[in-house]
Amino acid sequence: MSNYDHEQLSRLIGMLPPAPQAWVQAAQELPAARRGLDQLVARAEADAAFRAEVLADLERALQAEGVEPQPRVVEELRRLLSND
Amino acid sequence: MEAPGDDGEAPARGPELIAQASSDAALVARCRAGDDDAWRELVERFSRYVYAIAVQGFRLGQQDAEDVFQDVFARVYERLGSLRDDEAVRPWIAQLTRRVCIDRLRSGARESDADIDELPELPAEDVLTALEDAFDVHDAMAELPENCQQILDRFFARDESYRTIGDTLGLPAGTIASRLSRCLDKLRDAFEGEGRNTPPTPSGGQVT
Repeated sequence: MSNYDHEQLSRLIGMLPPAPQAWVQAAQELPAARRGLDQLVARAEADAAFRAEVLADLERALQAEGVEPQPRVVEELRRLLSND
Repeated sequence: MEAPGDDGEAPARGPELIAQASSDAALVARCRAGDDDAWRELVERFSRYVYAIAVQGFRLGQQDAEDVFQDVFARVYERLGSLRDDEAVRPWIAQLTRRVCIDRLRSGARESDADIDELPELPAEDVLTALEDAFDVHDAMAELPENCQQILDRFFARDESYRTIGDTLGLPAGTIASRLSRCLDKLRDAFEGEGRNTPPTPSGGQVT
């Protein structure tokens, strides 16, 4: 005999609505963003002029690296460069 | 007129559902090997779960929930290598999400000078248990014909109207109700076929 009725199943389906697409996309792009950050930081460590250029405009540096300059990513780059 | 039993015939692609295309262990292994597609699949698979724990379980506002959501997946990405049992990725992510939510609540309480030992709005265990059941139901949905998945998800999880669903899937709006009923029957069979036959207790209450 079945213990789950339509009401229970529909309630459970409704408990997991989709997360906002932009959030999902940002999380999905994490590996590429991390690679872009790593490359930028590596170059900045090796080249003081480049480092100054990146620090002057973090968003542009990220875009040049093919990374979407979301606030969280920009902040992470700032943190990484300040730790150098 | 609606043809009986045709729930799976029309190729209706649309919103991503929780689809277990590969086992959790296989997915984790691929992520660990640097497979970006696997990572995308992992995020897609667990995004609703993480979101629901934050918003429904811990009742976080959208801004806090977004921060938690991104923090959780960042930590998953960084720490996937330390996961001991790849099949246990789901409880691991759930635990991680709960921890990040509690940190967020503590941080908010600290900023507002509230007593951080008295966290507000901690979820009742049965809410979190119900979310696990909900995840299992969505997993079972992945076994249904594509149209059934779409109709059930659009109506119950996305709150779309019969008309919107009908327009999107190319179905007469007047047939949606009967299709929903048939799809729920199929879902029940799929879900209980996995050995699930005990409904969760209703959610409510709070723990401290």
